[in-house]
Amino acid sequence: MARILPKKDVVIIGLGWTGAVMAQELTDEGLDVIAIERGPWRDAPTDFPPSQMQDELRYRVRHELFLRPDQLTFTFRNKVDQQALPIRNWGAFMPPNGVGGGGVHWNAEMWRFLPSDFVLKTHLTQRYGANFLPADMTIQDWGITYDELEPYYDRFEYLCGTSGTAGNLRGQIMEGGNPFEGARSRDYPTKAQPQPFSHTLFGKAARELGYKPFPQPSGNLSTAYTNPLGLRMGPCTYCGFCEWFGCSNYSKASPQTTILPVLVRKSNFTARDNSEVVKINTDKSGKHATGVTFVDSSGEAWEQPADLVILSAFSVFNAQLMLHSGIGQPYDPATGEGRIGRNFTHQTISSVNGFFDHTKFNFNPFIGSGSIGMCIDEFNGDNFDHGPLGFVGGGYVGQVQTGARPIESALTPSGTPKWGAGWKTAIKDNYLSTVKPGTGVHGSFYAYRDIYLDLDPLYKDRFGRPLMRMTIDIKENEAKQNRFLTDKFAEIIKAMGATSLAKTYRTAPYDSTTYQTTHLNGGVIMGADPKTSAVNRYLQSWDVSNLFVLGASAFPQNAGYNPTLTVGALAYWAADAIRSQYLKNPGPLVDA
Amino acid sequence: METRLGPVASRRSVLLSTAALVIATSPRSTARTIAGALPWDPNGGNPPVAAKLGPWEFFTPEEGRAMEALADRIIPPDPQTPGGKDSGCAVFVDRQLAGAYGAQEGLYVRPPFIAGSKSQGSQSEGGPRKEYREGLAALDRACQVREGGKRFADLADDRKDQILKDLEEGTLRMEGVDGKSFFALAIKDIQTGFLADPIYGGNRDMAAWKMIGYPGARYNYLDWVGRHNEPYPLPPVSMTGRAEWTSNNSGAK
Repeated sequence: MARILPKKDVVIIGLGWTGAVMAQELTDEGLDVIAIERGPWRDAPTDFPPSQMQDELRYRVRHELFLRPDQLTFTFRNKVDQQALPIRNWGAFMPPNGVGGGGVHWNAEMWRFLPSDFVLKTHLTQRYGANFLPADMTIQDWGITYDELEPYYDRFEYLCGTSGTAGNLRGQIMEGGNPFEGARSRDYPTKAQPQPFSHTLFGKAARELGYKPFPQPSGNLSTAYTNPLGLRMGPCTYCGFCEWFGCSNYSKASPQTTILPVLVRKSNFTARDNSEVVKINTDKSGKHATGVTFVDSSGEAWEQPADLVILSAFSVFNAQLMLHSGIGQPYDPATGEGRIGRNFTHQTISSVNGFFDHTKFNFNPFIGSGSIGMCIDEFNGDNFDHGPLGFVGGGYVGQVQTGARPIESALTPSGTPKWGAGWKTAIKDNYLSTVKPGTGVHGSFYAYRDIYLDLDPLYKDRFGRPLMRMTIDIKENEAKQNRFLTDKFAEIIKAMGATSLAKTYRTAPYDSTTYQTTHLNGGVIMGADPKTSAVNRYLQSWDVSNLFVLGASAFPQNAGYNPTLTVGALAYWAADAIRSQYLKNPGPLVDA
Repeated sequence: METRLGPVASRRSVLLSTAALVIATSPRSTARTIAGALPWDPNGGNPPVAAKLGPWEFFTPEEGRAMEALADRIIPPDPQTPGGKDSGCAVFVDRQLAGAYGAQEGLYVRPPFIAGSKSQGSQSEGGPRKEYREGLAALDRACQVREGGKRFADLADDRKDQILKDLEEGTLRMEGVDGKSFFALAIKDIQTGFLADPIYGGNRDMAAWKMIGYPGARYNYLDWVGRHNEPYPLPPVSMTGRAEWTSNNSGAK
């Protein structure tokens, strides 16, 4: 029996990016807020000091900062008629855990989605006709437009101090930026990061091939910056330990560097760490949340009552908690009905490694930052004519190499033995002269009727609850898209002067063992129609109006960009709706 | 600052009147309530655990001998750079197997274990300790059958290489063990040890990092990010600095 804690105005589930944004906004409104976080409190002085953070084995290979599967994992299968099996060790994605969430160990790429991404179904149908889309594709419009979201994109960019070069300033196309981006109301808060050698060479080769390369917008800062909350960030030192690692230098945007030192000192904010929310409680009607039940690390259960519940765990855990709480009808792929678990998506990633003559090229590839890089956007979204190509979607491609941690980056050209003197000589000759772009081809992943989330009938977690089951595959549309993008990308790497290329396409089946990105999306999607979405345009549950569900779980499908800036902007958008509308008149903000 | 805050509601007013507090919910719980200030304790971090000097921790002496022989064929010594044995790769694998990696700490190991597709990942119950224990024994048995009673470590280098090529190609069958997958695991772990920070026992004296030109835990390249195609001038450092600076080098066996 859970012990009952005193009631709060607001309970926030998960203190990552969106939980921190919402807590900051709602405490500003004067509300008494508690945030409950599954993992530990972490911060740079104790957990990411420079004396221990540059440890590839511990953090990259052994995954120390991430959620561990024994605490919680998923089952996985490619097809609905297949037996799902547990993901026993992480591979394709790396779920976060702890205060700061994925904001601790992300690369900090700060991309806005394209205006057409928000009205995807309408846009593609108008341009190509409904029959152009695969029959089982279930893409939707978001119920919000780019123009509505623009002020909130701007807020999150300025919170983070984002370094970049504007490409479209109030409608005017700017030299050196991304000419395809939606109009931005003002320039980036800080100038773009300087680019190392291979990234610069990629930009030059791309320009010579007729593209318009630009620096990747970055949450690793080019210069010192004081954000609107008065928190000061330092310039990035290009240490090359960003993704998988915490930043020792207050240079990478994270809840720790941009929000928490202000938030935690407010008298109306409290956090609990190492405490996992296991259920959102509702009253007898099922339409009103009364708070949450959580279990601390000793196994003791507590009930935290609250007037307003903010579900801001990592995307897929939002879907899982909705299913465990019995809020919203679970999605059924057989009928296409139900709200929770539909339109689960990931990202379509591939890359091309380039091997160069080591007597002529020394890239010092260990010099990098999480979101350094030169990119092109000619092949993203609907920036190009898909008519003759027979697929929809796209992505940016770029030399976005984040460093060269040696276990992962001592690569050899194809044909090299995997061991012995040949291997040893090859890593010696190639380490400094290899281009390894990581997520070099960063493609969209559109939604399908039979790619979804539900509860597994067989495997259980440590509390005895069903694991969530992922059913996901690479469809022909995404495979075609990836072949097209990877070939375009390889042409640029070749033009840089590579002597040999290692090109890898993303193909079916979806593989749970090789890393792509941690951009898992959907399951609690937003939309205008309560039949085909779980939350309305303000991320408010259609079923329980005092429950808002933040994060990439709201994406109806995924665009060809990293999701976090859109996730942050949506959190500010939802917070604004709560502050300006909901608190004045609690209840549904959109009539179902 | 942080204090341990009781679970009881009535403590809340006390909580709010102090600068900050942290309350343990029970003696066994690491869960805390945090309010008023960022939590921080002196030496509150979680530093790496260095591989210790001394005897094998996981391997038997015979297994250790086989591992060192294996490490030296996967990474043979050359005049400039030591091989897998002298750079400590077998020690690295030993300490990893004795520790969290060998114990599958943090992994989901609940039953049932059902064979699945390749895309679903390993569903093996045993884990790396079992794979090494059985794999090294099977390797010696296979060598004894094929090479006139000799164990792997006692073969000439060219015979060792032939055995390993046959393992890699799947033409050498080992009793009760998937030889190809065991050899792939050994390659991965030995090469990982060669390239990891020397604090874990391999890459002794940063031999691998010197060889490839990786400067290690330098942390700051602000002065070099704009200097294109120029060799980086500084030698590597590890998390423990440089071997010649310290008297107690980790990882040496």
